[in-house]
Amino acid sequence: MGKIVAFSGNQAIAEGMRQINPDVCAAYPITPQTELMQQFASFVADGVVDTELVTVESEHSAMSACVGAAAAGGRVMTATSAQGLALMWEILYCASGLRLPIIMTIVNRALNAPLNIHGDHSDAMGARDSGWIQLFSENAQEAYDNLMQAVRIGEKASVRLPVAVCYDGFIISHSIERMEMLEDEEVKGFVGPYQNLYHPLLDVAHPVTYGPVDLQDYYTEHKRQQVEAMKNALPVVLEIAEEYKKLSGRGFGYFEAYRLDDAEIGMFIMGSAAGTAKEVVDELRATGVKAGLLKLRLFRPFPYQEVAAALKNLKVLAVMDRAESFGAMGGPTFNELRSALLSLKTPPLTFNYIYGLGGREPSLAEIHKAFARAREVLTAGKAEILHDYLQVRE
Amino acid sequence: MSESKLKGWKELPIGGLILEPGNSEAYNTGTWRTFKPVLHPEICTHDLFCWLYCPDAAILVKDGKMVGFDMKHCKGCGICAKVCPHKPSAITMVKEGEAEEGDKGKETK
Repeated sequence: MGKIVAFSGNQAIAEGMRQINPDVCAAYPITPQTELMQQFASFVADGVVDTELVTVESEHSAMSACVGAAAAGGRVMTATSAQGLALMWEILYCASGLRLPIIMTIVNRALNAPLNIHGDHSDAMGARDSGWIQLFSENAQEAYDNLMQAVRIGEKASVRLPVAVCYDGFIISHSIERMEMLEDEEVKGFVGPYQNLYHPLLDVAHPVTYGPVDLQDYYTEHKRQQVEAMKNALPVVLEIAEEYKKLSGRGFGYFEAYRLDDAEIGMFIMGSAAGTAKEVVDELRATGVKAGLLKLRLFRPFPYQEVAAALKNLKVLAVMDRAESFGAMGGPTFNELRSALLSLKTPPLTFNYIYGLGGREPSLAEIHKAFARAREVLTAGKAEILHDYLQVRE
Repeated sequence: MSESKLKGWKELPIGGLILEPGNSEAYNTGTWRTFKPVLHPEICTHDLFCWLYCPDAAILVKDGKMVGFDMKHCKGCGICAKVCPHKPSAITMVKEGEAEEGDKGKETK
C-alpha cells in the first residue's frame, strides 16, 4: 500500500513524475502550472530522477522538444496551462499526427483576454480536436491516478497517442488535500520500462523518416489511422483502469456515476466542481428529490455510447460547461452530449449551464440553482432555455 | 503511380513515417517539371558544373563525362542551363511537350 500525504495537485503531479522518471521533460513555466515544474526541476537538480530537463524559451519550443525527444525514442512528459497550451497548438497536432505518446499535464486555466489566471476548461477545450486523449480529474488524487494511467494508455501499441491529464487551476493545483501515493516500486512496476515500440529515430541501424510531406495521396489515410487509434483507446482506458484499481484500490472507467441509477434529474459535469455538485445531490436526496450526477473522466475519445446508456433513465439533464464555445449551440460538452443522447429512444430533456469561468467557483447554492432549473423543466415537460449562464450578473 | 497501387490505411505505417531509407529515389518527381533540360553534346566540354550545381542528382555522369539527365527526378529548375560556362549554354530549357529530346527549342531566360 502507498502512503497517505497532504499534497496540492501540483505537488501530487510533480511526485508522480518523479516516480515515473521520464527520459525527457521540456517545459516552460506558466501559472498555475509553475510550481509543478519548479518542484520537478528540483528533483532533476537533486539527481532524484534521471530525466533530461530541457528549459526552453516558450511552450511552442517545449512541445517541439517533446516531439523530437519522443520521436527519438524516449518517454516524454511536459505540463502547461492556458496561453501556454494555446502557444503549443501547432505542435499539439504534430505530436498526435506523428503518433507520439507524450504525456502532458494541463492545469486548466482561463484564456486571455481579459487577463485571468484562474481555473476553467477553456484551454483544454480549445485543444479538444488536436488528436490528444484527454482525462479530467476532480481532485489531486484523481490527477495523480490519471497521470499513472495516462502513461500506459498512450504507450499502448494499438493507441500510440499523446495524452493530456487535466485538472483545474488553483482549486486543485494549489489546494492541499489528503491523498494516497503509490510506493515508488509500485509505480515502476505499473508503468514499466518504456518500450520503443515504433521505429524510434535513434535506432540508427534502421533509419526512418519522420514528418515527410503527405499530400492528397496519403494524408486522408493517416488521419483515418488516428481515428482508429482513438477508438482503440476506449477499451484500453477500461483495461488500464481495472489494472490500476487492483494496484491502488481506486478509480473508475470513463466516468463516475453518482446516485444515478434511479435518478429523475441529473447533472453532467467535469473537474473539481463535481465534488460540490455531489454534495448538492446528497442534500437533494435527503429531501426526497431523485437527483444524480455523471462526472466524466475521459473526454477524448468521448465515450458516447456508454455515457448515453448511463443517462438513459433520466427525465432531465443539466449539462455543466466550464468553457464557452462562442457562437455554438451551447458549450463544448453540451454539444457532445446532445449528439450522444440522440441515439436514445427517449432522451432526457437537456439544457446547458456555463459556469466557473475564470475561476468563479460554483457554490452549493449555485449548483442548487441548476438543479432547481432541472426540476422546473421536469414539471414543465420542456426545456425552453437551452444555453444559459449560472453565475452571471445581469 | 496509379491510384490502385497505393496502400490503404490499414497497411500503411502510422504517423506518416517512411520506414525504408533512401526511398525518395522511388518517388517520381519528374512529373513536377514544366521545362525540361536538353543537352547539346557538340558544345559540352564535360566540365561538370551542371553536376556540381544540380540540387537533386539528376545529371548523369559516366567515366567523367556528362551523358544526360535522370528525367524521373529532374524537376526542371534550370540551374544546370544557367551555370553552364559556355556561351551559348550546352544545356537549354525547353517547355515540356513543345519539343522532343535533342530539339534545339527555345532558350529560356
